[in-house]
Amino acid sequence: MKRRKVDLKALPGKSAEAVDARLHVATPLRSLLNKVFPDHWSFLLGEIALFSFIVLLLTGTFLALFFEPSMQEVHYNGSYVPLQGVEMSRAYETALNLSFDVRGGLVMRQMHHWAALLFMAAIVVHMIRIFVTGAFRKPRELNWIIGLSMFWLGFTEGFAGYSLPDDALSGTGLRIASAIMLSIPVVGSWVTTSLFGGEFPGEIILSRLYIVHVFLLPLILLGLVTVHLALVFMQKHTQWPGPGRTNSNVVGERMFPRYALKQGGFFMLVFAVIALMGGLFQINPIWLFGPYEAAVVSAGSQPDWYVMFLDGSTRLMPAWEIRAFGYTIPPLFWPTVVLPGILTVLPMAYPWIEARWKKDKGHHNLLQRPRDVPDRTGLAAMALTFYMVLTISGGNDIVADKFHISLNAMTWAGRIGLLVLPPLAYYVARRIALGLQQHDREVLAHGVETGIIKRLPNGQFVEVHQPLAPADDHGHTDLPYVGWTVPKKMNRLGALGPAVRGFFRPIEQAAPPVQQKQVEPPPTREEITSGKH
Amino acid sequence: MKNETTVPAPGAPRQRGRVSRRMSGALRMFAALMFAGGLYLTFAPGVQAQGAAPMSDAAQAGQALYDTSCITCHGNNAQGVDGRGPSLIGVGSAAVEFQVETGRMPAARQEAQAERKQPQFTTDQARQLGAYIQELGGGPQLPAGEDFASKGKVSRGGELFRINCSSCHAFSTGGGALSSGKYAPTLTESTDRQIYAAMLTGPQNMPVFGDTELDPQDKYDIIAYVRALQDDQDPGGWGLGRFGPVTEGLAIFLVGVVALVFAALWIAGKS
Repeated sequence: MKRRKVDLKALPGKSAEAVDARLHVATPLRSLLNKVFPDHWSFLLGEIALFSFIVLLLTGTFLALFFEPSMQEVHYNGSYVPLQGVEMSRAYETALNLSFDVRGGLVMRQMHHWAALLFMAAIVVHMIRIFVTGAFRKPRELNWIIGLSMFWLGFTEGFAGYSLPDDALSGTGLRIASAIMLSIPVVGSWVTTSLFGGEFPGEIILSRLYIVHVFLLPLILLGLVTVHLALVFMQKHTQWPGPGRTNSNVVGERMFPRYALKQGGFFMLVFAVIALMGGLFQINPIWLFGPYEAAVVSAGSQPDWYVMFLDGSTRLMPAWEIRAFGYTIPPLFWPTVVLPGILTVLPMAYPWIEARWKKDKGHHNLLQRPRDVPDRTGLAAMALTFYMVLTISGGNDIVADKFHISLNAMTWAGRIGLLVLPPLAYYVARRIALGLQQHDREVLAHGVETGIIKRLPNGQFVEVHQPLAPADDHGHTDLPYVGWTVPKKMNRLGALGPAVRGFFRPIEQAAPPVQQKQVEPPPTREEITSGKH
Repeated sequence: MKNETTVPAPGAPRQRGRVSRRMSGALRMFAALMFAGGLYLTFAPGVQAQGAAPMSDAAQAGQALYDTSCITCHGNNAQGVDGRGPSLIGVGSAAVEFQVETGRMPAARQEAQAERKQPQFTTDQARQLGAYIQELGGGPQLPAGEDFASKGKVSRGGELFRINCSSCHAFSTGGGALSSGKYAPTLTESTDRQIYAAMLTGPQNMPVFGDTELDPQDKYDIIAYVRALQDDQDPGGWGLGRFGPVTEGLAIFLVGVVALVFAALWIAGKS
């Protein structure tokens, strides 16, 4: 039998042709793979959230295989000695078994928890980047709103997950959640009793939270992530202003192969960081907390960091109780229901608020540097300071205890700080932004500082500046301010050798000095003998 | 300013050297003191003659320590000094042992709460002090022995700990803040006898858990549980101080976010 010759080189093309003949994917794939993405480190922050979401789905699936959200009372009989024989819910028992008796279960649980913290942290950091660069402006307002919704969904998803193991800490959190719901005027009691199926804790809440945690919210999140990314594809990614970049083009790399490879590598790095943290740092040691009982509470009970700001607002709120028309509004209502409400609506409306404020209804694909919109940068600093004061106040008992500060002093520092620090942060950030802008303008007008000091005949010292363009009689250049990096060192202009790259130590050899042509030896000079004193 | 010290008149004769003058002064002072002390020893009533029952050797040794180290604040015969230290009549040897063995007493200064520090006295000396206070005024005492943990049941101790202790000392025995600078200390260094004494006597801001609230067996159970937590090896890795979500939140930003922002810088820089 004659062997058929297989042309290996033609094989990929042939098989691709065969696929295309059946599925007709070549045309859409071509435009997809050729799509251009601008490249900048700050555009990768959202990806951290996306990739930790994938890790969350993977590890969560593993955990779901072994966890049972049942409130049935059992006696623990697993391998953790200090809890043997203790009465607990089936949910807590299976969570303990996951930690001690399922192979690899503890590292999976810890990776899941670290990934959740990273997911929320990346969302916040990404959101700060979007805000201070003005990436939320028209046409991207909808994606800004979707992003904010994902923060609140992730917040709820995380809280549901924190409540599932039914240890004493998560039970305490759930107790506070029920108290928050009870504080809502008029409907509070109905909302709480229908959610818990009666009085707290009831017997149904864990199964409900479980469905919310493993099905409902992940599904909604997945849907919103898809829309979020689809909108980035449709509306194209924003880019920094710079040479060759305009409001109507995108300068960057094609999706395939470079951008896809980079993203694949970045996913591996995110996965690695989560796996390392899951293996090296203990998180949420539920076995230390014991099973939840209504009488049990612990000092230093905190929610996860992204919920801590609401804990902080509760701790700072004075005990002002309002009674009117036969109803009581407990003080808890303001910091835990009204404040999050404001913190949802206000940022969502911000793109339109700013458009009115700055009278700017234009279409923007170019980003703005934080220094170029000092008002917005100031607002970001203000919001962040507000959030930080609340978050630190959420852990103020730990801070008080470990740094030997009075808890009462911490509470008052939080109350005063919450009102005083944000305006201060606004002012400082705004001044810094204006100062940086001013320095850019100065370089554009006078040139780069050379470090050469010249003494004038009248004794005055001046620094020699290298103008960036031909200068007029006064050494001034008339260059437009475009909102992008201005060279500030001579090596950026090519007047000196390029700066050696590297963070802590050089990662490259300094370029060898350019070999100069052999210069003729200078003519020998003779000593001047005449006119000597 | 003018120097006001008296200077001998310029013409006055110098009689003796400075050293010999001082020596003779010291000698005279010594002789006077010896004389006064002798008189006191001769005429003052003996200490032994006062007490009805003689104190044990340990208590006498304890009294000697008391009179040098504690009397300033707790006063003569442990009756207390207003504004400095409370009376120790009736506190019992358990309280003394706890306070002295953990280094809380002698206190460094008056503040919200005396903190645990390097003890000033050995265990034996602390017990001698305890014996003195015990024989002076009575009060709660610790059971004999050093090992209480082995008499207790860990899991039952855990249940008791979570109901009675964790609200201040936290689930992980790390301690916690109380109002106005007071705090519940960490239990990571406490010994069996110290934990028992603390429950029995309620030092500083801690409530007393007398034998009617937690009987001795309950106390042994709790001690067994605390010891079990002390021996816990943190199976999940570095425990981050076991402070809970506060340090976990710090870690995700300081380690996770920082590492990945550098990763982003690195990856975006490769173009």
